[in-house]
Amino acid sequence: MTAMIELTDVHKSFGDHHVIRGFSASVARGEVVCLIGASGSGKSTILRCINGLESYERGCITVDGVTVDCTDRSIVTVRTHVSMVFQRFNLFPHRTALENVIEGPIYVKGESRAEAIDRGRALLARVGLADKEGAHPAQLSGGQQQRVAIARALAMQPRAILFDEPTSALDPEMVGEVLEVMRSVAEEGMTMLIVTHEMAFAREVADRVLFLDQGVILEQGPARSVLTAPTNPRTQDFLRRVLHPM
Amino acid sequence: MSQFFSDSIEFLPILLQGVRLTIIVTVGSLILSTVIGLVWAFMRVSGIRALSGTAVVIVNLIRGIPIIVQLFYIYFVLPDFGIALSALQAAIVGLGVAYSAYQAENFRAGIEAIDHGQVEAAQSIGMGWWLMMRRVILPQAVRIVLPPYGNTMIMMLKDSSQASIITVAELALQGKLIASSTFKNTEVFTLVALLYLTMSIPLILLVGALERRFGRK
Ligand SMILES: Nc1ncnc2c1ncn2[C@@H]1O[C@H](COP(=O)(O)OP(=O)(O)OP(=O)(O)O)[C@@H](O)[C@H]1O
Ligand SMILES: [Mg+2]
Repeated sequence: MTAMIELTDVHKSFGDHHVIRGFSASVARGEVVCLIGASGSGKSTILRCINGLESYERGCITVDGVTVDCTDRSIVTVRTHVSMVFQRFNLFPHRTALENVIEGPIYVKGESRAEAIDRGRALLARVGLADKEGAHPAQLSGGQQQRVAIARALAMQPRAILFDEPTSALDPEMVGEVLEVMRSVAEEGMTMLIVTHEMAFAREVADRVLFLDQGVILEQGPARSVLTAPTNPRTQDFLRRVLHPM
Repeated sequence: MSQFFSDSIEFLPILLQGVRLTIIVTVGSLILSTVIGLVWAFMRVSGIRALSGTAVVIVNLIRGIPIIVQLFYIYFVLPDFGIALSALQAAIVGLGVAYSAYQAENFRAGIEAIDHGQVEAAQSIGMGWWLMMRRVILPQAVRIVLPPYGNTMIMMLKDSSQASIITVAELALQGKLIASSTFKNTEVFTLVALLYLTMSIPLILLVGALERRFGRK
């Protein structure tokens, strides 16, 4: 299996704060990988480096063989190949659900409007929002907005999707509907790198789990073994705190 | 009172010629200041230090010089460099440049008020800078920018009277000319004030409507 996302010895600092300290990992085609770790360990920064929202100083990141370099024009190609789903949805508030979904296909990829609308409608139906295509984000619940955001990510026909804590900003009763959609996307073979605190979801859906601590991977392996029988004391400590909050 | 009406009928045709020039100066410099102001604002938010630094310097220079002095410069000094503008052109250029600084600050504030998550969402679907501005940032910034923009229109309408200093016979100057030849100061300047109000009150109402529509924070 060839790697879809490959990171080799990546370093990243904000000023003199060395946040990512030699991160190496790869996500294979069709693989679902969950990235876990404490707040501030650098999870978001890793995702943002992969699609060039953030630059990195050392090492190398490639997506489907293309090197990620946010000072180069090729970054547009990388970004159309890798979609991102954000914690706070970041839908375009001045556009309807359908318009949010078709924006990238029409204006970035140059698809015809009719074709984009057909596919956009199908995607909204797939995330269970066929009846909401004319609604603006402000008229949708958090769970619905995040499902539109997933449809928007899928509309780019990406080779991989990055999720940054997609359920952390949701009311508890809406977490399930979003995870359900993510599960179905995973089952269709999408390559996914997911930052999450939903350990039950990770155990069930992820092929592999990476535990990040202070900018390096401390432990990784099949979801079941890392999450149920971690060997590193820091992983054990982290999981104890996530699974049994006071 | 009836004397006032007969005077009005006598002076109005001349004053209306002034109104015409007032409108031309106001609309011309409004358009020009909007275009130039957008350029300064885009330079400010470009993220390229040389561009944003240049814009800061220019905007502060413009803000630091009185409009009258800028008008003098364009009308009396530029001809020495081979750029001779008519009084009307000089007035439009002078007011347009002077107001571009205020327009730029307003536009920049509007653009920067947009949540950074919007920039990230636009970038993450592969939008370039200009496409993001056009499709994501500006449509949202317009709602923030419009009410202050309306206020700028009102100020420009009134400041168009400064064009009189370089001989543009707009409303205020026409009034002054009639008054000094007829000695009917009260009648003439009352008429001039009423004509300005006729133009500015609709704008004031428009700004009120915009503020109600888009909500003031
Ligand atoms: N733009 C930035 N400027 C300066 N420091 C930053 C910036 N972004 C992140 N950091 C710092 O980098 C470190 C890692 O941040 P990051 O957001 O990647 O953590 P995280 O693992 O995603 O945490 P969380 O679970 O809270 O989202 C933190 O200490 C953070 O303060
Ligand atoms: Mg984060």
